[in-house]
Amino acid sequence: MSALSENQKIRVKINDKEVNESAASEEKRAVFQTKNLNLWYSETHALKDINLEIKENEVTAVIGPSGCGKSTYIKTLNRMVELVPGVRITGEIKYKDKNILDKDFSVEELRTQVGMVFQKPNPFPKSIYENIAYGPKIHGIKNKKILDEIVEKSLRGASIWDEVKDRLHENAYGLSGGQQQRLCIARCLAVEPEVILMDEPTSALDPKSTLRIEELVQELRKDYSIIIVTHNMQQAARISDKTAFFLNGEVVEFDDTDKIFTNPSDQRTEDYISGRFG
Amino acid sequence: MKHIDESVVQRRMKSRIRNNMILKQVFFVATLFGLFFLAVLLIRVFSQGISWINWDFITGRLSTDPDRAGIMGAILGTSWLMLVVIPVTFIVGVGTAIYLELYAKQGKFHNFIATNISNLAGVPSIVYGLLGLTLFVRTMKFGNVVLAGGLTLSLLVLPIVIVAAQEAIRAVPQHLSEASYGMGATKWQTVKKIILPAALPGILTGAILALSRAIGETAPLTVLGIPALLIPFPGSLFDTFTALPMQIYYWTLDSSLVAEYAYLAAATIIVLLVLLFLLNSIAIFIRNRFQQRY
Ligand SMILES: Nc1ncnc2c1ncn2[C@@H]1O[C@H](COP(=O)(O)OP(=O)(O)OP(=O)(O)O)[C@@H](O)[C@H]1O
Ligand SMILES: [Mg+2]
Repeated sequence: MSALSENQKIRVKINDKEVNESAASEEKRAVFQTKNLNLWYSETHALKDINLEIKENEVTAVIGPSGCGKSTYIKTLNRMVELVPGVRITGEIKYKDKNILDKDFSVEELRTQVGMVFQKPNPFPKSIYENIAYGPKIHGIKNKKILDEIVEKSLRGASIWDEVKDRLHENAYGLSGGQQQRLCIARCLAVEPEVILMDEPTSALDPKSTLRIEELVQELRKDYSIIIVTHNMQQAARISDKTAFFLNGEVVEFDDTDKIFTNPSDQRTEDYISGRFG
Repeated sequence: MKHIDESVVQRRMKSRIRNNMILKQVFFVATLFGLFFLAVLLIRVFSQGISWINWDFITGRLSTDPDRAGIMGAILGTSWLMLVVIPVTFIVGVGTAIYLELYAKQGKFHNFIATNISNLAGVPSIVYGLLGLTLFVRTMKFGNVVLAGGLTLSLLVLPIVIVAAQEAIRAVPQHLSEASYGMGATKWQTVKKIILPAALPGILTGAILALSRAIGETAPLTVLGIPALLIPFPGSLFDTFTALPMQIYYWTLDSSLVAEYAYLAAATIIVLLVLLFLLNSIAIFIRNRFQQRY
């Protein structure tokens, strides 16, 4: 099974390249097309008629006041939201032309391609090495040499290799909060996703660690599509290409980040980013 | 206006501090009370029994002559029982807990089951004896053999294991399983690689409790009709057997006939305690190896 999905991945990568080359400066492809998405937690109508198109190799920021549905939305993109009992979803989310909300779409496959980094760093109570190797192992990779390579590559990718290369077999809980969060990003990279979802990945970190994560996001955008939830307006402005402003479960405005922060078309967006509420 | 009146605080301060001291003493005495009787028990058992323990006593066969009596049969019987109880309770108990906590739909029915499992932990052991007698000895026609005794004891301690395992599983932080699911792991992979290892110390604590209870139970075995006679050593699941607590029970009963039986009973208690201590040490050793920080 893993071999198959490996192959598929390679094929997808090749296709991407062809598309990119043939359409050199044309529009980027969409990774996620959300159409008329509605979501209820038992009684709460948390997402209302969401229509969004998220582009490949871009950083999309999701902003909005607390409780407006940001986390809910990105958790829907990898169907983690279904872990909450009593969730109902209608509408359509197309990931590369397939509706991920289809009952027979495998969540395991989706989550291998759409990784997630959580608000609080959540490494496993295992060694640094085992944390990174966990993903590849569950996908069936057993070869020690390949695993070693993946671990190094992922840790380098999350720019934490130099800090941990001499202590790979120590418990991950010995790392600082910022290091743990980069470890979690590395762990996410180890399954070679196409998209990375980040839910307020820096809200539990100090300014210096935050800056490192932001730099990292800038690095990662070359190879991944990133969707990041943030409460920090400057952060959204600094690191994202597109910004979606959520309010009470609706998308009020979705546009280029520059546009949203300099010349928003909706009064509510302007009020929010200028700090008048939320 | 100030809400806290300084003079009232001053007035009360003394009595508050005094109460604090008094309660500390009360708790200390409560602890002593238990320790005192435990010490009396142990001293009595050891002073009566220790001189009767020797190699012949441990390896010998049962005999009506106190000087020649040995408890190898009972040791083997108890070991055989544990050989049934440990795997059955562990597999069934942890399996049930995994199902209830991780697979079953949460709701009224789930709560009903969970509550009843807790209630079962409080049912007197003799009732389990009756259940075992009806089910295993008579209906399934095992007779009063190792398997029947082991299964009866397993039923008796299952609720303890299930409840402990449920609590241990529930205590595993959600963010760990989310991280695993987030990478495309299936439920079983997450259970096996993340949840169970993290819950294992808690599960083993429950298993220790359960085992300690099972190894010392007498009432259900008497109901099953487990003898303490001159029978051959058990060699399989389908042999009749006797167990250490049965041996203690019969010797204590008959100590009015032969005074030395009381000392043999004390010596057997020591052996039982040592066996229990050994089993628990193994479980604690495993538990500490798996102890994790998160
Ligand atoms: N597990 C849940 N069960 C029921 N309701 C929920 C659950 N999670 C979220 N909600 C509700 O759904 C709405 C959206 O929540 P969500 O967590 O997506 O907000 P958010 O924008 O991420 O907020 P924050 O910025 O505080 O993280 C809120 O009204 C919240 O109360
Ligand atoms: Mg949130």
